[in-house]
Amino acid sequence: MSFKLPDLKYDYNALEPYIDAQTMEIHHTKHHGGYTTKLNAALEAENVSGKSIEEILGSVSKYNMGIRNNGGGYFNHNLFWEIMSPNGGGNPTGDIGNAIAETFGSYDKFKDEFANAAATRFGSGWAWLVKENGKLKIGSTPNQDNPLMDVSDFKGQPLLGLDVWEHAYYLKYQNRRPEYIDAFFNVINWDKVNELFKG
Amino acid sequence: MSFELPKLPYAHNALEPYISEKTIEFHYGKHHKAYVDKVNGMIQGTEFENADLETIIKKSDGGIFNNGAQVWNHTFYFEALSPDAKKAPEGNLAAAINETFGSFEQFKTDFANAGAGLFGSGWVWLVKNKDGKLEILQGANAENPIRDDYTPIMTMDVWEHAYYLDTQNARPKYIENFFEVLDWSVVEKRF
Repeated sequence: MSFKLPDLKYDYNALEPYIDAQTMEIHHTKHHGGYTTKLNAALEAENVSGKSIEEILGSVSKYNMGIRNNGGGYFNHNLFWEIMSPNGGGNPTGDIGNAIAETFGSYDKFKDEFANAAATRFGSGWAWLVKENGKLKIGSTPNQDNPLMDVSDFKGQPLLGLDVWEHAYYLKYQNRRPEYIDAFFNVINWDKVNELFKG
Repeated sequence: MSFELPKLPYAHNALEPYISEKTIEFHYGKHHKAYVDKVNGMIQGTEFENADLETIIKKSDGGIFNNGAQVWNHTFYFEALSPDAKKAPEGNLAAAINETFGSFEQFKTDFANAGAGLFGSGWVWLVKNKDGKLEILQGANAENPIRDDYTPIMTMDVWEHAYYLDTQNARPKYIENFFEVLDWSVVEKRF
């Protein structure tokens, strides 16, 4: 068994003007595609098979760095494409909307805290909204680490992830990471985040 | 004391076609400048207010370290690039490279592999260790070998901002281009 690069549920230009088509295409085909290929090669080299990506990440300390880096990259990007949509943005509704208001005070306060986590991650990494023991938390991880990994300082069930590697925004925003973070809020697929929250 | 963005010894378009004018404008004009501005702001009122960058690299942590080290790293990187680069080392440095790596070509291969293999953001370094021997080191994010008592003699930025406008995901292509503008006469002097 090997992991497959998923197709996107929207066109590469569908998130314009917030995320440009060229970025989407390179990000999906080259970066995510590269992680997928390298993950499969690393798993084969270590004779790992029949495990879900979540199982692998949950005990990633048992494996080499190739599996940690590429397994993280595979999972993180799968989630990233899912939690964005051309019909996204706006205020979160439903259970996740209530939970965000209750935990952070308001959606605006949530945005501030999430944007701050994304802006202050030095170097490459991800900002996260996770659920742990029913509670929402915001944090970030370096490189392609994620909150499912046993090696991660920040743990939980990922509901929302924002890629802040420079490859995620450099063609359109260059050094202006905060503008990219602001733009991201316009494409969040809150229906999907709500589904993950309730799941 | 307040740090200043050093002037580049060449025009922004001088490294074309290997490193584009647009990349230099952002990399030097925005990233390098922002590290200078941020460290200047952060050190005020701290024990590092009058420290030099080497002291900051050796002693500080967190934001002061990250921004201070990135000032040093970028200055060291940009000053070794040139439109009239000497493409290979001579003399003592050439001998030391041959002794450690077998040949200059093998050194370039090893250094390129270290650059391609560094996962995430960071720098690849050619350093002298305490015994005067050459080593290739990888450092994540802002890391700088001075902190571990090595003497850096050359560095390559592999943060994506160093090459993404020019070669996107193709970091190995950037590494090839880097060697076209790396001026070994500067590296020889440091050695």
